[in-house]
Amino acid sequence: MDAISLLTIFILSIFVGIEVVSKVSAILHTPLMSGANAIHGVVLVGAILVTGKATDNVQLYLGLVAIVLAAINMVGGFVVTDRMLEMFKPKKAEKEEVSK
Amino acid sequence: MTSTLIRFAEQTAVVTPTWVRLAELLASVLFILALKGLSSPKTARRGNLLGAAGAAIATAVVFFYGQQYYGGPVKHLPQILIAIAIGSIIGWVAARRVQMTQMPQMVALFNGVGGGAAAVISVIEFLSVHSESVPILTATIFTVVVGSVSFTGSLLTYAKLQELMTSRPVVIPLGRFITIGVAVATIATAVLLILNPTNALLWALLGLSLVLGILLVLPVGGADVPIVISLLNAFTGLSVAASGYVLGNVLLIVAGTLVGASGTLLTRMMAKAMGRPLTNTLFGAFTAKASTSTASAEDRPVKSASPEDVAIMLAYARKVIIVPGYGLAVAQAQNTIRELVELLVAKGIEVDYAIHPVAGRMPGHMNVLLAEANVPYDQLKEMDEINPEFPTTDVALVVGANDVVNPAARDDKTAPIYGMPILNVDQAQQVVFLKRSMRPGFAGIENEVLFDPKTSLLFGDAKDSLTKVVNSLKTL
Repeated sequence: MDAISLLTIFILSIFVGIEVVSKVSAILHTPLMSGANAIHGVVLVGAILVTGKATDNVQLYLGLVAIVLAAINMVGGFVVTDRMLEMFKPKKAEKEEVSK
Repeated sequence: MTSTLIRFAEQTAVVTPTWVRLAELLASVLFILALKGLSSPKTARRGNLLGAAGAAIATAVVFFYGQQYYGGPVKHLPQILIAIAIGSIIGWVAARRVQMTQMPQMVALFNGVGGGAAAVISVIEFLSVHSESVPILTATIFTVVVGSVSFTGSLLTYAKLQELMTSRPVVIPLGRFITIGVAVATIATAVLLILNPTNALLWALLGLSLVLGILLVLPVGGADVPIVISLLNAFTGLSVAASGYVLGNVLLIVAGTLVGASGTLLTRMMAKAMGRPLTNTLFGAFTAKASTSTASAEDRPVKSASPEDVAIMLAYARKVIIVPGYGLAVAQAQNTIRELVELLVAKGIEVDYAIHPVAGRMPGHMNVLLAEANVPYDQLKEMDEINPEFPTTDVALVVGANDVVNPAARDDKTAPIYGMPILNVDQAQQVVFLKRSMRPGFAGIENEVLFDPKTSLLFGDAKDSLTKVVNSLKTL
C-alpha cells in the first residue's frame, strides 16, 4: 500500500480513537486504560511476522522475545480488564433486584 | 524523493490473500467497537471481549500471509507457537493472580512489555531489511525510541507502585541537565542513523532510549504516577502504529493509532481530574524542592481516639460521609466498611461514600475496589456532587486516604499538589482519620487537617480499627 493511503488510514484512525472515548465516565478510566493497553498487544502480529522470516539466530531470538512480551501484553491485558469489569456487572443486577 | 517512494511502495507491496485482509478489517472494526464499548458501564465488559476477539482473529490469520511475506512457509513455526504459549500463560496467570489493589502496576507492566515488543520488532526489521528509505527509517527510529522509553518507563512506574523503590519523586543532582543531555544525544543519534544506517548506531539509539525512559520517569512521584502510566500507554500505541508502518501492516497502524489517540485523550482527562496540566506532571518534579519540612511533624500534638469514641461519634451523627482511600484497600477492609455503613444506615443515619476521582492509585480505581466488596453503586458520590454537603455533615470518616483530603492542594501555593481538586473534609463538623501512622500520604506532604482540634485520629490497621468500631457500634 502506498504512503498516502497509509497516512490516510493513520489520520482517520486518530479521529476515530478520540471520538470513541470522548464521553467516557470517570468510573471507567481504569478499565478503559487497561482495555486500550490490551488492544496494543496486537503488536504480537508484528512480532510473528518478523520472526517468521528471521534469517539468522539473532533475529530469531529477538523475535521470540518480542513474541513472548507481546503475548503477555495481549492476553494479560484482556484478562485483567475482564476481571475488573466482571465486578461491575453482578453488582448492578443485584441492585435492580433490590429495587424491585 | 520519487525513487524513495517507489522503492517504499515496492517494499511494502505484500500480497496477502483477500480473506486474510478482510479478517484484519474485521479485527480493526472490533477494536473500535471495543473502545466504544469500554466507554460506558453497560457495554464495557462486552467491549473488552470484542477487543479480545479482534486480537485473536488478527493473531490467527497472520500465519496465512504466505509466500510473499515470509518468502515461503512461516519459518520457525514450532518456536513461534511455543513463544506465544509461554507469553500467554505468563500474562494469564499474572492477570488472574493480581490483587485489585495492585491493578495500576499490573497495567503498567503489561504496557511496558508491549512497548518493548514494538521496539524489538523494529530492531529486527532494521537488521534484516536494511532499508534506506527515509520514511521507513524515521518510523523505525520512532518505534525504537518511543517503545524503549515506554518499556523502561513503565517498569520504573511498576517498581514505584509496587514499592520496590521510593514512590516519591527522585531528584538526582543535575538531573535536568543529564536528561536534556541524553535527549539531545538520542536525537543526534537518530539523525545520524537516517544519514548512515549502521547497526552500531541502532544499538546506541536503543541504549540511549532505554536510559531516557528511566530518566523521564524518575522525577515523577506520588499521585502523578498513574497519569504517566496512561501517557506511556498512549506512547506504546503510537510505537505499535509506527511498527505497523515499518512492516507495511495496516492492522497494526489502525490498532496502534486508536490506542495512541484515545490514550492521549484519556491522559488529558485524568490530568484535568487532578487539576494538573500534563507538563506539570512530567516536569514538575524537576523544580520541586526535595520534600518540604517534615522534620517538625513528629512533635505536633494530635488528638487520638479509641474505637469506642469513634463508634459513639458515628452513632449519634445524623449525616456521615465516608472517604475511602488506598489504605482501605491495602488493609482489605472494603467488606468491613460496608458492614459499618449498613449498621449506620439501619440506625437511620444518612451515609454516603465520597469518591475522589483519583482515590486509590488510578482514576476510577476506588470504584472497582468497592464494587468488588458489593457496595451499592448509588451510595458512591463523585467529588463535585458531595463537596457542597460537607458543611452539613456531622462526621467525615477518612479511611486510609490523605492527599485527596489535604487542604494544602487548595490553599498552599507552594505545595506540590497545589491545584488538585480535593474533598473538603475540613468543612465537616468533625473529622475522623483512620490511619496506620503519622506517615504522610503517597505524595509525601503534611496534612494540616490532622492537627485540627475537631479532628480525631484512630491509629492502626484499617481493618482492625473498623472491626473494633463495628463491634462497639453493635453494643450501643
